[in-house]
Amino acid sequence: MALIELKGIERVFQLGDAAVHALAGLDLRIDNGEYVAVMGPSGSGKSTLLNLLGLLDRPNSGTYRLEGRDVTTLSADEQARVRSERIGFVFQSFHLVPRLTAAENIALPMMLAGIPARERNARVARALAGFGLENRADHRPDQLSGGQRQRVAIARATIMQPALILADEPTGNLDRHTGDEVVNLLESLNAGGVTLIVVTHDQAMGARARRRIVMEDGRIDHDSSHAPG
Amino acid sequence: MRLADTLRFARDAAAGYPLRTALSVLAMSIGVAAVVILTALGDGARRYVVGQFASIGTNLVIVLPGRSGTGGFNPANAITTTPRDLTIDDAAALLRAAGVRRVAPLAVGTSEISFGGRLREVMVAGSVSDFLPIRNFELVQGSGLPDDDWSRGAPVAVIGATIRDELFGGEPAVGKLVRVGDRRLRVVGVLKPVGQGLGLNTDELVIVPVALAQAMFNSNTLFRILIEATSREAIPEVKERALEILRQRHRGEEDVTVITQDAILATFDKLLGTLTLGVAGIAAISLAVAGILVMNVMLVAVTQRTGEIGLLKALGAPARTIRLAFLTEAAMLSTVGALLGYLLGESGAFALRQFFPVFPAYPPDWAVIAGLGTALVTGLLFGVMPARRAARLDPVQALMKH
Ligand SMILES: Nc1ncnc2c1ncn2[C@@H]1O[C@H](COP(=O)(O)OP(=O)(O)OP(=O)(O)O)[C@@H](O)[C@H]1O
Ligand SMILES: [Mg+2]
Repeated sequence: MALIELKGIERVFQLGDAAVHALAGLDLRIDNGEYVAVMGPSGSGKSTLLNLLGLLDRPNSGTYRLEGRDVTTLSADEQARVRSERIGFVFQSFHLVPRLTAAENIALPMMLAGIPARERNARVARALAGFGLENRADHRPDQLSGGQRQRVAIARATIMQPALILADEPTGNLDRHTGDEVVNLLESLNAGGVTLIVVTHDQAMGARARRRIVMEDGRIDHDSSHAPG
Repeated sequence: MRLADTLRFARDAAAGYPLRTALSVLAMSIGVAAVVILTALGDGARRYVVGQFASIGTNLVIVLPGRSGTGGFNPANAITTTPRDLTIDDAAALLRAAGVRRVAPLAVGTSEISFGGRLREVMVAGSVSDFLPIRNFELVQGSGLPDDDWSRGAPVAVIGATIRDELFGGEPAVGKLVRVGDRRLRVVGVLKPVGQGLGLNTDELVIVPVALAQAMFNSNTLFRILIEATSREAIPEVKERALEILRQRHRGEEDVTVITQDAILATFDKLLGTLTLGVAGIAAISLAVAGILVMNVMLVAVTQRTGEIGLLKALGAPARTIRLAFLTEAAMLSTVGALLGYLLGESGAFALRQFFPVFPAYPPDWAVIAGLGTALVTGLLFGVMPARRAARLDPVQALMKH
């Protein structure tokens, strides 16, 4: 079943007189449970695509169906609700709230969604155990290593049990070893049924994905699922 | 987001930036403290003056000779040019009026008092035995004027504490004969020292029977008639009766003025109350300034935490949640500032009272409520703009600012 259906997506940035077509006539279909790597040169539109898929940005034209529902026409608050319930983000620079502990950062999406504290605590405890962070629950981000920070961020992205995880260069700020650990972690989530879309510059990492999309100037230059062979 | 979570989130955010939090709390607390202290000063002045007036006597009605300017044209006044004198008999007549508890005629003049070669000028008040209780004067030694016929001028005197000290030093004064003008009077009592209040200083006063004073000054007229009403409620009636009786006695002419202590008090009360209000207004400006500071601090917070706001949006926070979080934080800053300022103001007023014990520097309730209320309302109002700005941020742009 199609989780994501993009049709004729255009995203134009106006820079003074010049119009930058960050996404130009993009069509894309991604099914439930897929593992997709998005690759391509800098400025090719990878982050723009991911922001759009995550409902952080709206296209200038085209339609986006998520789980069969047209989400481009939703109000800002309805989109926020979809983000809260269906989508998890993992960023290159972790984006943890510096004054909150690891446990509080993981609990943040549940707190925003109004889930009672007792249920939050139980789920955070399970997540901490699952991501090997039991001993770091009360540490603030500046007391954690890069790999631990990204694990906290992934725990946060999965705590609401989303259908889709979007990761923009999740290993960009990590050394190869911790990067591999993080990728393993994301892949194990995908093995559990979550759809995973990863933007990466790393060929080795892209090679691990079952499907690779290569972008060029806002278009899909190559899609391994359609490629011959 | 749940209320408890919103509160905790706002509290942690405020605690996460101690400097700017301390700054806005300080500004707000100075504003509120200014309101509390300045109104305590203003209201203290009002209470002080009112207290001084009240100490003149209780439920006083005062008759003065001559007509005051108000009251319109009276044909009777047009015929006679000089008002009739107030006499001891006039005063005695007032005793019969309903609602009157005590009456004291008062004649005044200056003279010299001497004893054992020491001599000084004094103010002489001629009155009757009820003068002391009407004016709330107390004695430290001896007794007051004799309670006999008002027209009998017994050769006795009650003297003020300063005069006692100057003439007699440490020696007992009661029973001694002093010379006042060309009369020899026996000292029967000494007034308790009170120091300088409003009106005359009784420490330097000599009180003699009214008939004696009139004889000394060779006059039949009175300076004042003091009437004490039985109760506060009786005052207007006593005023009417006194006017009526004196008009009859003066052949239908209204040639006296009757004032009540209440009326004077009310005037001062109003005047100084307005002053306090004005002072409070000035202090309120500092509250507005504090509110603007809170707004700026919150605007800085929004800029500082743009990345965080973008993250909250990415994690599914609707605009309302973000608005509420920032508004709650602004409200918290001003609440803590207001409470701190209240404590600061109260301790300032307390210190004032310690240094100036005669000055009742208590902030009035209305000022405290208005000060705290204004602080909270300005904090909230000025928090709205930053909160809305935070909620309107574009999530992608906000996330990139990290
Ligand atoms: N907010 C914006 N305003 C103007 N132009 C933008 C904006 N965001 C992106 N662009 C432009 O859109 C194009 C695609 O940008 P995008 O960030 O999607 O690239 P990318 O593939 O993620 O690159 P990189 O690998 O460097 O992260 C670029 O030319 C970029 O300059
Ligand atoms: Mg990018």
